[in-house]
Amino acid sequence: MRWISPRRLNRVGLLNMNRRNVDYIARYNDRSAFPLVDNKLKTKLLAQDHEIATPALIQVVTQQHEIRHFREAVAELDGFAIKPAKGSGGKGIIVLSHREGDDFVKASGARVSVTTIERDLSNILAGLYSLGGTPDVAIVEKLIRCEPSLARHSYQGVPDIRIIVFKGYPVMAMLRLSTQASDGKANLHQGAVGVGLDIATGKPLNAVQFNRPVYEHPDTGKDFSDISIEDWRNMLVTASRCYEATGLGYMGADMVVDASEGPLLLELNARPGLAIQMANGRGLLPRLQHIEGLKRVHLTPEKRVNYAMEAFDLSHQLL
Amino acid sequence: MSRRFPFYFAIALLIIAGISLASFRHISLGVPFAVGEQRPVWMVEARVDFVALGNPVLVSLHLPERPPGFRQLTEQAASPGYGFSIIQRSQERRGEWSIRQASGPQTLYYSIQLVADGNVQPLIPDTPPLAEAVFWEEPQATAARELVQRARQKSSTSESFTRELIKLLQSSDPDQNTALLLASNEYVDLVTRMLNYAGVPAQTADGLKLEDARRRQMLRPFLQVYNGREWLTFNPETGEQGLPGDVLLWRQTAPSLLDVMGGTQSSVSFSMLRQTVPALQLSREESERQGLGLMSLYQLPIEEQGMFRMLLLLPLGALVVAFMRIIIGVRTSGTFMPVLIAIAFVQTSLVPGLIAFIAVVSLGLLMRSYLSSLNLLLVSRISALIILVIFITTGLSIVGYQMGFNTGMTVTFFPMVILAWTIERMSILWEEEGPHEVMVQGAGSLFVAVMAYLVMDAPLARHLTFNFPELHLVVLGLILLMGNYTGYKLSELRRFYPMKVYDR
Repeated sequence: MRWISPRRLNRVGLLNMNRRNVDYIARYNDRSAFPLVDNKLKTKLLAQDHEIATPALIQVVTQQHEIRHFREAVAELDGFAIKPAKGSGGKGIIVLSHREGDDFVKASGARVSVTTIERDLSNILAGLYSLGGTPDVAIVEKLIRCEPSLARHSYQGVPDIRIIVFKGYPVMAMLRLSTQASDGKANLHQGAVGVGLDIATGKPLNAVQFNRPVYEHPDTGKDFSDISIEDWRNMLVTASRCYEATGLGYMGADMVVDASEGPLLLELNARPGLAIQMANGRGLLPRLQHIEGLKRVHLTPEKRVNYAMEAFDLSHQLL
Repeated sequence: MSRRFPFYFAIALLIIAGISLASFRHISLGVPFAVGEQRPVWMVEARVDFVALGNPVLVSLHLPERPPGFRQLTEQAASPGYGFSIIQRSQERRGEWSIRQASGPQTLYYSIQLVADGNVQPLIPDTPPLAEAVFWEEPQATAARELVQRARQKSSTSESFTRELIKLLQSSDPDQNTALLLASNEYVDLVTRMLNYAGVPAQTADGLKLEDARRRQMLRPFLQVYNGREWLTFNPETGEQGLPGDVLLWRQTAPSLLDVMGGTQSSVSFSMLRQTVPALQLSREESERQGLGLMSLYQLPIEEQGMFRMLLLLPLGALVVAFMRIIIGVRTSGTFMPVLIAIAFVQTSLVPGLIAFIAVVSLGLLMRSYLSSLNLLLVSRISALIILVIFITTGLSIVGYQMGFNTGMTVTFFPMVILAWTIERMSILWEEEGPHEVMVQGAGSLFVAVMAYLVMDAPLARHLTFNFPELHLVVLGLILLMGNYTGYKLSELRRFYPMKVYDR
């Protein structure tokens, strides 16, 4: 067993789960705002109101009998994604990349029939993936075509970027690359690789998989050092805008870079995980406390992003 | 910190309230903190013998009332054919036996149960007693006056005067005055009379030395002197002040011990026995009589008591779960599922419970994999699973019984719906995260359940939760306190081990 002493963790400024729950989520996140982010459909509609770009909505399946119309709705489409609105941790998400005859092909390469998809839809509506098993709705979205320079770093799934937004300031970011182990999903605990990103530049810092440092992608073998995120500032501004939209003081914004549409908001998370700190090789606490200690907060997303890019620039500060 | 002050203050209040309530009940009612604590109880039996003359008989025996150092628990009289009642008068308590006609040797019994208790306050007389007027005839008067004079010169208080007087009377080389007085008087009577003569209120009391399994014991006289506030007891032989711990004062202020009308040759003798009674039973019996037991769960019918015994264990389970999840960081499947499983373990005992639980969940997982391929709606799938779980438990019970194990039968203690949900959750976990996560969470849940079981099954825990329900305030305080813990979980020290590299 290998352990690290609490003192050393404190020195790194590592935010732990109890503290995150008590001092940040409970204090800065209003309970009433949780349904906005726990329900992807609500998030999507809210994002549209605040001019935050999200993947285009094709269909919302709310009732079992509407599943019959699903075939017609996707008849013209080549690829799309199905998500349970109240699913968490990427559970129940089906990504169908293209058609092959009557069947669809999953991102993983597996062929699935429309009947199977209909069964999955039925499961989603019954609440299989929602918290507490409450009835749910299924969202059918346009498939994201990932920006190729980023896509080649990931195995199958679309890489997404998790940005921790604290009181509207982007404080830490991480690129999540799916792997064979994670079954094309971008969830760290399922085995995706997390690459910490410099808030100032969008350049990679460290990478972890299963909480252990890695230096190249386990499946593609690509070195992470040549990763760069296009339109980085714009992405941070989009994430920062979610603060005004939801009022959540401490959240994780999951973004993707679409080849044609640029930065899109995938979903928001009111209880973002802690693994981002390991991908960045630094704790969140110093940055969070820095923002908490600000005498005057910046009122527009652009100003906040400018401030964060300046304050958390690794080339001249250690925050 | 100051923002949190009212919160910590409230928690401190909760904990203090819980502990002080429990201590209060411990001290005032004697509810023991430890399990099976034993207290010595003295069973003293007075036996009255006399010969009846064939006429109506009335026997009146003085009964001890608030003897110093002892608390009375129970009393009863055994006397064939006699009517018995206890008569309370201002100064004394007497037991009276009566019968219309009796002849020949008669024996009456009265027994009392006493427990040693240093807190019993001695009887304080309503009005301060006065020294009795004593008249001596010459030449005793001169001798007595002379002796009192000498004792008074060497003393300052009633106590020291008593000691000096006893010393003079007990001297190995008595002078003429002393010898004269001793020759014509009973010794204890003499001391009492001389004290009263000197203006010090004094009386004799009868005491009984308590020794285990003694029979035919007689009362021994003790001297009591009033010092202006209370009656002090002296050993008339040695002048030693205070009552030895093993002496029960049977008679104090009352003038007579035994009165028999319609009989002759009466005598009283005592036998005694030392018993040990669980302190809990003792306090229960007492609180029932004192009416102070209202706060006790023992007032409830036995059936409800049994239910409360289980219910009051739950907070401990919750405490263990909170500790395991917040401080240790064990992952469990379902927050309080482990507590419910632990409650079932309490009823089944550990090993059979574990076997039954693992058997049911494994069989359930097998069947669930078939249900999964049927493509059912969630609600009907869970419902089907509940029925399957009931089938499994029934099957296990029957098979177990046929094979001669009682183990099978205990399966029924597990909450069926919880089992069904556990199976469902495990199954989904298996499909989504793989068998490894199922093992981690399953083992975590079982570990927490076993820990909770060990805590809840400890005799001390069962005893304290039921007899001191107010201690749950302390549990509540601890749980609230843990809800405020922002430090690292033990598991996080391992999880974040790789951060070591970044510690500059």
